[in-house]
Amino acid sequence: MKNEQIGKATSRVDGRAKVTGEAKYAAEFNVPDLTYGFVVSSAIARGKIKSIDTSKALAVNGVLQVFTHENRPGYVWGDEKYQDKDSPPGSPFRPLYQSEIQFSMQPIALVVAETFELARYGASLVEVAYKQDAFDTNFEANIEKAYVPEKYKSTPPPDPRGKPEKAFADAALQIETEYTHPSEHHNPMEMHASVAVWEKDGKLTVYDKIQGVDNSQQYIANAFGMDKEEVRVISPFVGGAFGSGLRPQYQLFLAVLAARELKRSVKVMLTRQQMFSFGHRPKTTQRLAVGAAEDGKLEAIQHDAFAETSKFEDYSENVITWPGVLYKCDNMKLSHKLVGLDVYTPLDMRAPGGTTGIFALECTMDELAYKAGVDPVEFRLKNYSEKDQNQDKPFSSKELKECYRQGAEKFGWSKRNPEPRSMKEGHNLIGWGMAHGAWEATQKEASAKAVLSPDGKLTVSSATADIGTGTYTVMTQIAADTLGLPLQDVTFLLGDTSLPKSPLEGGSWTVSSVGSAVKAACDKVREKLFKLAQQVENSPLKDAKFEEVRFTDGKISLQQDASKAVTITAALKQNGGESIEEQVDSKPADKQDNYAPYTHAATFVEVKVDEDLGTVKVTRIVSAIAGGRVINPKTARSQILGGMVWGIGVALEEEAVMDNNLGRFMNHDLDKYHVPVNADVHDMEVIFVEEKDDIVNPLGAKGLGEIGIVSVAPAIVNAIFHATGKRVRELPVTLDKLL
Amino acid sequence: MENNSPALPPKQTVKLRINGAEKQLELAPWTSLLDALREHLNLTGTKKGCDHGQCGACTVLVDGRRINSCLTLAMMQEDKEITTVEGLAKDGELHPVQQAFINHDAFQCGYCTPGQICSVIGLVNEGKAKTLDDIRDLMSGNICRCGAYVNIVKVVQEALERSETR
Ligand code: FES
Ligand code: FES
Repeated sequence: MKNEQIGKATSRVDGRAKVTGEAKYAAEFNVPDLTYGFVVSSAIARGKIKSIDTSKALAVNGVLQVFTHENRPGYVWGDEKYQDKDSPPGSPFRPLYQSEIQFSMQPIALVVAETFELARYGASLVEVAYKQDAFDTNFEANIEKAYVPEKYKSTPPPDPRGKPEKAFADAALQIETEYTHPSEHHNPMEMHASVAVWEKDGKLTVYDKIQGVDNSQQYIANAFGMDKEEVRVISPFVGGAFGSGLRPQYQLFLAVLAARELKRSVKVMLTRQQMFSFGHRPKTTQRLAVGAAEDGKLEAIQHDAFAETSKFEDYSENVITWPGVLYKCDNMKLSHKLVGLDVYTPLDMRAPGGTTGIFALECTMDELAYKAGVDPVEFRLKNYSEKDQNQDKPFSSKELKECYRQGAEKFGWSKRNPEPRSMKEGHNLIGWGMAHGAWEATQKEASAKAVLSPDGKLTVSSATADIGTGTYTVMTQIAADTLGLPLQDVTFLLGDTSLPKSPLEGGSWTVSSVGSAVKAACDKVREKLFKLAQQVENSPLKDAKFEEVRFTDGKISLQQDASKAVTITAALKQNGGESIEEQVDSKPADKQDNYAPYTHAATFVEVKVDEDLGTVKVTRIVSAIAGGRVINPKTARSQILGGMVWGIGVALEEEAVMDNNLGRFMNHDLDKYHVPVNADVHDMEVIFVEEKDDIVNPLGAKGLGEIGIVSVAPAIVNAIFHATGKRVRELPVTLDKLL
Repeated sequence: MENNSPALPPKQTVKLRINGAEKQLELAPWTSLLDALREHLNLTGTKKGCDHGQCGACTVLVDGRRINSCLTLAMMQEDKEITTVEGLAKDGELHPVQQAFINHDAFQCGYCTPGQICSVIGLVNEGKAKTLDDIRDLMSGNICRCGAYVNIVKVVQEALERSETR
């Protein structure tokens, strides 16, 4: 088969909608007779609402109702009714359930009014008296009380291998480190929002910001005791999410509650400040003890993580699994414990666990490479793992060596003088650092439907999401490629619960899962079309076998002789004016079980550190990625670039600062919570190395949403060490830590 | 209940000139230009990313200058020429900056994009950006959480070149 569309750099098919403002995000469905809800947030971190006086708010002309725990209707309120597809083990937060306050900025009331301004004004008039209780938000103070959860949300730490303690004690080189990663908030540019549209028959249509409409639908149906058929959830565009939209957030619940009670349509959009009132990347401290022989060959790795969670749910992520994936070592012990605090439950945030764990691991290995006097790339080659030792399975493919080679060459790594502080330019110290990383390349079950209409136009659909990842474009390419159609004849639909089921859009598995389903559905259409083509009068394909034809340029032709062809529209005429319709449920092939599928990356960074001011500028980043077959080099590059920008944020800027006197993240806006801006970003280069993988999924493609971030922050921190001779072990590396 | 209501600012007639068309609205004076566009005129192309002048998602052009529409009241913008992202394409043909955003893949989720586009046009009008560093600095009021900066800079460079050859 000739690949006409797969692998071609293609501009986004939804690009025009996005640059003209036509693309509609959750809060932008302005249905007639819409009302507005504004959330009142708790001022305390723990305690009880003694009283809540809504009379002043209710007196305002135009305020329709104020919903609180006192007047909310009694639905079925069990824990399991509030669990969603991404819930960690525990008892999920239930909005307006009770007077108890579990975390700062907990939503305690929703003011609904005829206009946004009136709702906001009404919210300012709600008077709350609290009974404050003692609270625990101090991570450091509670770290020694960390516990092993009854059940992990993530992969449980693997059993120890070999004799890690003894091997460490016997090792010629030993290193023990402690690295800390702060809490971070996703902060997609679009705040979380829902519009619950009250339909005449009592059904609801909900526009929600979510990374998988099925999750919102199931959540609402359960929490409000409704049939799924009574709730349709739609989400055609998502203004970024990075994990924040994996779980339905409280604005959804509140909008639906208000719409049902008022029998009106209700829009609720959180404020930027309220975007700091739910899930975040958990603060995590990691302790590593690594032993190696004189020459740098690893002999023992112990990696222990202590990570923040809430008091009501046990959130965990894969922080400590990475040594077993990235380094060959026979003696390994990995553990992950939780520190329960009075905060909202943490939530998967772009490369959850990987970002955190690989940062500590890669900085520690840089320290060790220095101790051994071995070049960091050389060190990684020396300890290269040929299998995922946690699962004892070979990789489905791993072209990481090629990443080192191409990345180093592009960067000019061979010219590096390993001596810290050896490169200078005026008052700037220059540093070069590197790190590598990995991310899972999983395939999940997914369904897709393909409809080829008599005029030759193809519509493919699945209830997945496009959070900026390029799903619309990539799925269109896969479908067009499979059936040999021009892109403009193919439409891909997503983000609607009326479409075939798909997994949550996250974990870098969408191309792999939904893409495979799209391909399978289109393959079925292919087979049908071929049969129809054979029925055409005097068909030149009458005696051909299916394996002998190809689909290109709207034609089905013999591979050996392109002149023997039937056009798709001619074949369709044999279908009696009907469309061809195929829906498939696809799942990973059994053979995948025997392999460990991962993407890999190697990143090389140059920083300039102002010796007098301690300011760090990341002047150059080169990332080489092994991600299987790249479906769309244009959008793929953008995804990796985005990951690199996030890496800068992680390394140098992002930190949600907890004020332990108030139990609240104090810098809860975009002025004080710093994310990278244009001026923080300089030269960035992305290399995709060739990687063939016929195990990972039928497309040979791996997801790229997360591999771009994981190795960037440690490479920056390692470069800062090379520049300054200072090893900063607590992120972000702000200037005060360098002076 | 009516009697207890605190005095509310009375609505008044506000005349706005948006994308070349005259719009007359009955607005409470505390309505921001951003909310007037999004909630009263259904011009949702202009985005809300913070409502506090901290992100640039709400950038529009007023008499050719880029401003944060969340930081101004609608009634203060009467008698001015307001351009939003919806007003840039002419007869179905994209503004060159819009087209360049597509060509360079200068966005991912697209939520910051209308603000970025207006900001690029405003930046060119200002005529202050001379170097690459100028561009990066002068575009730093528009946050892109998806991290499309490298490609956005390409768009600006192209737009500046175009304005020079004009
Ligand atoms: S919404 Fe106006 S600057 Fe953010
Ligand atoms: S494209 Fe998503 S925030 Fe810029």
